[in-house]
Amino acid sequence: MNRARKRYLLWTAVVVLTGALAFAGAGCGGGGKKSSKGKSNLPSSIGKGEGVLNLVAWEGYTDPSWVKPFQQQTGCKVHSKFAGSSDEMVTLMRQGGGSQYDMVSASGDASLRLIRGHIVKPVNVDLIPGWKDFIPQLKSPSHNTVDGKHYGISLQWGPNTLLFNTQKVKPAPTSWSAIYEPTYKGQITVPDNAIQIADAALYLSKTQPDLGIKDPYELTKAQLDAAAKLLKQQKPLIKKYWALASDEIDLFKNGDAVIGASWPYQTNTLKADGVPVKDLIPKEGATGWADTWMLSAKAKHPNCAYLWLKYISTPKVQAMQALSFGETPANLKACPFMNKIQKGGCAQYHANAPASYFNSIKFWKTPIADCGNGKNDCMDYTAWQQKWTQIKG
Amino acid sequence: MRGLILLTPPVGAFIGIYVAALVALFVSAFWTLDPFTSAVVHQWTLANFDTLIHDPTYRDIALRTIGIAAAVTVTDALLAFPFAYFAARLAPRRLQAVLFVLVLLPLWSSYLVRVYAWRLILARDGVLNWTLGKLGLGHIGVAYSNWAMWIVFSYIWLPFMILPIWASLQRVPDSYLEASSDLGAKSWRTFRTVLLPLVLPGVIAGSIFTFSLTLGDYITPILVGNTDFIGNVVYRNVGVSNNVPFAAAFATVPVIVMGVYLAIARRLGAFEAL
Repeated sequence: MNRARKRYLLWTAVVVLTGALAFAGAGCGGGGKKSSKGKSNLPSSIGKGEGVLNLVAWEGYTDPSWVKPFQQQTGCKVHSKFAGSSDEMVTLMRQGGGSQYDMVSASGDASLRLIRGHIVKPVNVDLIPGWKDFIPQLKSPSHNTVDGKHYGISLQWGPNTLLFNTQKVKPAPTSWSAIYEPTYKGQITVPDNAIQIADAALYLSKTQPDLGIKDPYELTKAQLDAAAKLLKQQKPLIKKYWALASDEIDLFKNGDAVIGASWPYQTNTLKADGVPVKDLIPKEGATGWADTWMLSAKAKHPNCAYLWLKYISTPKVQAMQALSFGETPANLKACPFMNKIQKGGCAQYHANAPASYFNSIKFWKTPIADCGNGKNDCMDYTAWQQKWTQIKG
Repeated sequence: MRGLILLTPPVGAFIGIYVAALVALFVSAFWTLDPFTSAVVHQWTLANFDTLIHDPTYRDIALRTIGIAAAVTVTDALLAFPFAYFAARLAPRRLQAVLFVLVLLPLWSSYLVRVYAWRLILARDGVLNWTLGKLGLGHIGVAYSNWAMWIVFSYIWLPFMILPIWASLQRVPDSYLEASSDLGAKSWRTFRTVLLPLVLPGVIAGSIFTFSLTLGDYITPILVGNTDFIGNVVYRNVGVSNNVPFAAAFATVPVIVMGVYLAIARRLGAFEAL
């Protein structure tokens, strides 16, 4: 074969392949557009378990101490896949056409994306006895209930806290300014997550009121730019943007970080390891999460899923998870069980706190263009993610 | 004709697996994402490349990745050459075997284990600062920085530089060096005009490994660094925001860089040393 002919053959192969792939791609696109709306047929009773339940969850949400009894009671073997961020949860639930996992413990910044993407389907709350005892704000919250349909059952909630080393950080901080000012330069850590922009926006809503930020998740372009500017100024102060909770635990253990934005889970773990840390909600308030167990629209094991919803909403299991992770249960009847497991546990995690405490937390939600003023001038989550990449540079 | 038939399966596999993946990458780089439903729109557009060129963030990330890859390559070449020279030309046979095993030994343990080990070494209260403290030298804050990435990458890819240099040093006949010294050349001159040109292809071959392996890595930056590599942006766009077209567009950057690099390496005769 001469050289010219070889070259000709190679290019033919490339062109043919390109064409074939483009066609295949276009074909997939056409097929995927099929609307899957249809009537939602809610089950009226829970059938026999299918023997398996595949979950996407936050680390620490499927602890053996409450998963094992569930498996024994129902015969549903639980497989859990841990996700590090809300974005990852959405991606995992999309995988394999959406039938790979049955349920997801989605936070408010993922739940609406899952609902709008038709990845999850409504559930019948009448089959979940624990639901009636939920704190009223979490029975039909806007992050999991759309048009009166319940896309899942609320689980637990809590604030994102300011964590610090009590020996290195003196006096104890009272404001989020501690992580935006250079006092602890090179010893600060914050999550590597675009939703962290909301923390900056919340801080700005108190320190620069003329920006007019009312809701840290509904930002106009100017407001988003202001938050990004603050975070860019913060960047040289940061030791590390943490990706996993265990990263932050390492940073505090090894002395690389002395202060940072955190979850109560890290505080509990570090305290158990004897590291002198404390966390608090600074005076500007805090962002937080309210999680929901949601059911995949194509779940292969719906009965096990309903059994899980029923089980995880009972006061005792709610209390176990709350104390293990360091968060507040949705079920108000969990309070005495928390005190039984750990003295003063109910008050420590605010399970008996008045509604004003709940309302003081700005819960994670998905930023969308429509922020309720009819102008669609808010920045959506894609814009937030691009900003976050620019901030980290 | 029979040769053609025999060659069909491997060539088919090569086109089906290697080339098809690359073509899929290039094709999807020209698609885009529907902003509302986050579904891929199969329409030809240059929007992704437009963002890549005009947003300084991505230029910085690409330059940082290429810069650290180059620094690691130079560092490894400087470390590997004297070692390989000793091992290939000066060490007795038996020691050679021991050195060979020592070079390969780290490759027997998981990459992740080695990176985590470095994380502990470089941490503020880690082994490095503890040692420096004992010596009365204070402490250095290299943990979670570009310096840390440079150190860890240089360590991890060093064997891939040593082995090709070692092989090409072994191939240089002793008679060449003897002839050079017989003709009156001092050792430095022999090194510069005889040995180095003969070994250079080996160095270039090693540099292909260290450069491309660093260029494509995204785990070390997550674990010991605090800034993004190209791979991290690609990973986030695929695994997190599901923006496969943009990830594909950014992923073509290292492919192009490597293409240019290989073209230069070929000119310098590196492929004969592989």
